[in-house]
This record gives sequence, structure tokens and C-alpha cells, in this order.
Amino acid sequence: MKKNINILVVGVGGQGNILFSKILGEVLLNAGYDVKISEVHGMAQRGGSVVTYVKAGEKVFSPLVDRAEADYILAFEKLEALRWLEYLKNNGILIYSDYEIPPLSVITGAYEYPDVEKILQTVGVKACRVEVKKLLSQLGNSRVQNTLMLGFFSRFLDIDEALFKKSIERNVKKEFIEINLKAFELGRRIEMCEVEK
Amino acid sequence: MKKLLLGNYAVARGCYEAGVKVATAYPGTPSTEITEAIAQYDEIYCEWAPNEKVALEVAIGAAIYGKRAICSMKHVGLNVAADPLFTASYTGINAGLLIAVADDPGMHSSQNEQDTRNIAKAAKVPVLEPADSQECIDFVKIGFEISEKFDTPVILRLTTRVAHSQSVVEERPREEVLFKYKKDIQKYVMMPAMARSRHEFVERRLKSLKEFSETLGINKIEQGTRKIAFITSGIAYQYVREAYPDAWVLKLGMVWPLPERLIKDFCSQFEKVYVVEELDPFLEENIKAMGINNIVGKEIFKLTGEYSPSFIKRAVENNEIEVPYKVKQTLPPRLPVLCPGCPHRGIFYVLSRLKDVIITGDIGCYTLGALSPFNAMDSCVCMGASIGMAHGISNASDKKQKVIAVIGDSTFVHSGIPGIIDAVYNGSDILVMILDNSTTGMTGHQDHPATGYTIKGEPTYKLDIVSLCKALGCVAVEEINPYKIKENVEKIKQLLDLPGVKVVIAKAPCRLHRRYKFTISKRYIDFEKCKNCRLCLSLGCPAISLKDKPTIDANLCLACGMCEDVCKFGAISSQKEQ
Repeated sequence: MKKNINILVVGVGGQGNILFSKILGEVLLNAGYDVKISEVHGMAQRGGSVVTYVKAGEKVFSPLVDRAEADYILAFEKLEALRWLEYLKNNGILIYSDYEIPPLSVITGAYEYPDVEKILQTVGVKACRVEVKKLLSQLGNSRVQNTLMLGFFSRFLDIDEALFKKSIERNVKKEFIEINLKAFELGRRIEMCEVEK
Repeated sequence: MKKLLLGNYAVARGCYEAGVKVATAYPGTPSTEITEAIAQYDEIYCEWAPNEKVALEVAIGAAIYGKRAICSMKHVGLNVAADPLFTASYTGINAGLLIAVADDPGMHSSQNEQDTRNIAKAAKVPVLEPADSQECIDFVKIGFEISEKFDTPVILRLTTRVAHSQSVVEERPREEVLFKYKKDIQKYVMMPAMARSRHEFVERRLKSLKEFSETLGINKIEQGTRKIAFITSGIAYQYVREAYPDAWVLKLGMVWPLPERLIKDFCSQFEKVYVVEELDPFLEENIKAMGINNIVGKEIFKLTGEYSPSFIKRAVENNEIEVPYKVKQTLPPRLPVLCPGCPHRGIFYVLSRLKDVIITGDIGCYTLGALSPFNAMDSCVCMGASIGMAHGISNASDKKQKVIAVIGDSTFVHSGIPGIIDAVYNGSDILVMILDNSTTGMTGHQDHPATGYTIKGEPTYKLDIVSLCKALGCVAVEEINPYKIKENVEKIKQLLDLPGVKVVIAKAPCRLHRRYKFTISKRYIDFEKCKNCRLCLSLGCPAISLKDKPTIDANLCLACGMCEDVCKFGAISSQKEQ
């Protein structure tokens, strides 16, 4: 019997959440799970807040993950990690990028960008911060955050590494396969943070 | 081989396997990918039509000629296509005709939450409702069979979470289907004498469809182990199944017309039956009309927005979810914005500086001009409405009120042209601004008659908007560069004072479109010259943010140069400070 896994992928339109979900979904399917993925299109492409649900299990019915139901939240942007935090289940794990994209409400000075680390501490959630900015500059490409995060997240799943790489190769444009595989490996090698696997 | 497929791609795959020959559409989230995916199959003729009415007419023609055809649209598109739909219901088809309509509960990208089942019922055509990607493939095929067996258009109703969810499917080979064209004016020419007998036919057809629905395999009872029962369909079925894996469920694959005996038998076995459906109480009211009274519906389930498994559970059991992690402070909202370099930004900046002008807006990326920091829009109703409404406002004020209608190029072709004809014909004084970014931006860069390319990306005749507007009788038709802010403020003020219908075409391609190459030279702020007046921030460009003084993020800047045009102190240029 396959255990149910509910994953929320959140970020800002244009960060590659949908591709990430497609790659991860295929990995889970090939690992023997039933899988459903739900994505939001349209207005969200224009720099809005974006969420994708990835669900795996013996049999998946609803493609949605509701509040207090996510085993993992993967946030490609820090503020978005906070916005979707209610979706995390008790003892679920938040994995978030240190990437900051100030929304227009911050740019125009109507709001302040919050101190994400401090708030997470107050809330008392199990969280892993991935130093994406530093790692991406090592790679010299800012567009592979999604595969880098996938590399890190892959260690939370008991699935053969080769399945991840195959799925990346199948879903990424030919000319970008190499850099994405590199980003995946870099992500997979990151030291685990305070949260245990 | 099993694979994950998006619901919309699965509809396309179903069309391929069902031997469809013609596919038409006007793009609209969440339906767009159906036609984009069909365009990948060489066996199917495929097109973007200027609007849904024309798209459906093309598909009706193809079906009457004897080729299976599909026409796809979003729910509001069906309003545009309602005219041909209601009569195609009378004429019937020859080869199968499927109309895929995607509703958007929750309004992820729509201006209303209408329920397509109501229109289908009014038009007296059957509706199938798949619940996952495999059913999308299967129901397309069943839809064509029903269409041909009963001589009717069939609506395939999708909702966002079916259209835009990926689930597992198995693909099968294509099967060709052939019907011969036969001239038949009694059937296809709907003048009153003939239409009268076709209306009789439509009513008989509905009756036989109803009978047929009793034994149709996709209307099925799933036995449970616990005494709790649901009637449901589409995505709501998945939510019910997840919330109550041990319940009895009558899953309706065809939601119009309804299998009355099946429903009555089912309901008679339980003390009460929950009817779970997003949006309108369509099933509920029609089941109640059968004289069944032991059902529970909208008194506990909401009429608006999306459902979820836990929503259903909470409604049935009347309790609340406990959320373990909650952020107490208010977070800065992240609304969609015009992209860096977007040509619409220049126009809305200019419009936001005009005083005492009403601006009627339209549907597309430029709807974002209504949001902060521009707040430069007074209305947004439906595609093409900006022009008609501007004309209405102008006349209602005895032409004292200055009005500007904003519309996109794709939207102009969709339904803006008759609005201009009306305004010219009836002597309006409005200014129409066509924001021509050479694509259908909001739905993801689909072509249209004024881009000069077909759905397959092949070059075609390019509709000339300037000549067209002149031919329509506009007193002034001018093209402007939307990035030239100072120039445009003056130009627009001058044109506003002219009597008659004026058209300004602000022409610059969408910065995200792959077809267009842009020469990049970044903009930088010279902090010596910057007086921190923050005027550049009022452009609402995501690349400019405030540290101590405004700064430009080189990763986001697309060097459109509007900030350089806005800065009064010459502090912004393409020269990096030393």
C-alpha cells in the first residue's frame, strides 16, 4: 500500500512551478503511485501568487490539497511560504527558497516585506531554508531554481535518483537538460537542515 | 503506456482518437489548451476563429458536411456562441459535433461564475461531464456517438480543476469516421416552416435522450459500505469520493437530460441523499422537480466558488478544520501586475494622468490597468464591451463627458468592430485606444487575424487595423509608440478634443512573446542626479523598487525605457554609473 503524499508548490508566476510539478508527478507515477496534479493558470502568469498541488497515493481522487493537508510545502519564494502555511498539516515540512520577489504592494511602499524567518520561528513550524541565491550564482543561471529545489526535495522521498533524472530529461528542453541536471545534483548534495529526513 | 495528461490535452487526445477532422476555438482560460494541443495533430484541421460565434459556425458547417468537429471555449464564450447553438440544436448534425465548454468555479481568471448547464438545458442539448483526464478521453468518444445517434450537438462541460489537472490516462489509436454530405433543406434551413417541425423533433429527441440516459453506462451507482449517499458529477465526484470513500454514490456522467428512474430508485433507498455540485443547484432543482424530496443540497453547500473534499465534509458534519500553523500578521498582497517592459504600462501611465475622463476597459492583460498604481479604468464587463459602453456613457451625458474605450487587438477583432460601427453610425465623440501587442496576451500568446499567423504558426493575410478603422468611418486613426510617454500625453489630449470617433493604436509587441526579438540595453539610475521624487515608482514596474532611493533590478529590466521618459531629472539612462 503506497502512502499518501500531498505536496503544495507555491511561488510567483514565471518561476517554473508547473514544470517542477510535471517532473515530480512523472517521477511519482513511475515509482508506482497514482498521481494527480492541479495548476492555476491565467491571471497568475502575470506575477501573481501561484500554487500547484501534487498528490500521490495508492488511489488519488481529488486533485486539490486543502488547509492542514499538505505533507510538504515547497516555496520558491519566501513570502509565498507564509501565505500558504495554513495548508501544512501538523508536523508537515516547509521547504523554502531564500529568494525574495517583492510584490507591487511592497514596491510602492504600501506594505513592508515581512521578516519571514522570524515569523516562521514564532509559528513553530518545521522548516528548511534553501540558500538558492548563493547556489544559483555558483551555477551561473538563475532560471533553474525549480530543479535545484527538486534535487533537495528528492531526498525526502524514498525514490531512486535515476527516476528524477530521467523525468528531467524528458520534460526540459534539450538545450537546457545539462544545466538542469547540474542544478538537480547540486540541490541533492545540500546538507540537510535541522529537519530530519 | 500510462502517462500523466492535463485534462485539456486529454480532450484533444480524445478528439484525435475519435477521428475528429475540424477543431475551432477562440482562446479562453481554462479551455485554451484543448485547441493548442489539437493543433499538434496533422490529421485535424484546426483554427483560431475571431470569436466563439464564428468558431461554432465553422464547426457546425464541418459537422453538417460529414466530418466530426469540436469547438472549444470558456463559459463566457458560450454566451457569444449561444446564437448558433440554439439553432444548431434544431438542425442537428450529420457527423458528430462536440462543444467543449470550460466553466471556472472560483473565477481563477474570469469575470463571472456562470454555469454552462443552464444554457445547455435552455438549448435542449445533452451535457457530459468528465471527472478526470481518462474520462475526458472517454467522454469525447461517447459524446460523438451520442451526437450522431441522436442528431444533436453535445456539450462537454469541463471545470477548471478537470481542465487544468493532470491525471493518469492510457492512449489508444485513431479511428477514422466518415459521413456523407446530403443536401436537406428541411433539416438545415431554419426558416419558420421548417423550424416548426424541427422544434417538434428537438422535443422528441430530448425525450429519447432521457430514456437513453437511464441505461447509459457513465451514469452509475457505486456501492458503499456505509449508509450515506450522494448524487454528484464531474470534479465534485472526486471531492465526494475522497471525503467519503465508503459512501454510496450515484455518479452522473451525463448531467442533462437526467435519468429520472435511476435517480428515483437511488433516492428511495436512503433516508436522505446529498446532492453535491459546484455553482448552481442544477441537479438539485431538476431532481426536486421529479418529486423527490429527501435530498439535501444548497442549504448546506455554497453557491459560489470551488468545493474541496474538506469543504464537503465540513458541510455534511457541520464542523471546522483545525489549522496547525497560522501566520497572524497581514501579509503584503501579491496581485498580478503588468510585466516589466509591457507596452500597456505606458498607456495606463498616461491615462492615469488625465483628469475628468471615464475609461471603459475590456478583457485582457490590460484589465490590470484598473489596479494600483494606475487605477485607470472605470469598468470591465465582457469582450468588446468597452466601445459600446463608452458610446453609451458619452450619449447619456449629452456628449459632455469625455470617454476613452480601451481594447486589445485580439479583443478588437473578437467583438470590438461592431462597437465602432455603432459609435460612428450614431455620431459618438469617443476615443478608442487599441492596445495592439500583436498577440492574445493573457491566455498565453495565441495568434488571431491581425497577427498574420495561423494557429500552426504559418504566415497568413494580416488584418490591417488602421485601414479597417478608416473604412469604418473613424475621423482620426493614429498609430503611436506606447513607450513614448511625454509625446503620448499631448497626443491623447488633442485627440480627445476632436468631435467624432477617434482611434489610437498603441502598437508594440508583447515583451514575453517568443516571436519578437528585443535589443536589450538595461536602464540604470544615476544616484547623483536622482532627487528621490519617486515618479518612476508610479509606473508600477516590477523591476523598479525602493531601497533608500529607487533602484532598477537588472535581472528584471527589459530596457523598455519608459522610466527614462518619465524621470524629470535625467537620472535614468542606459549608461551605468561609474
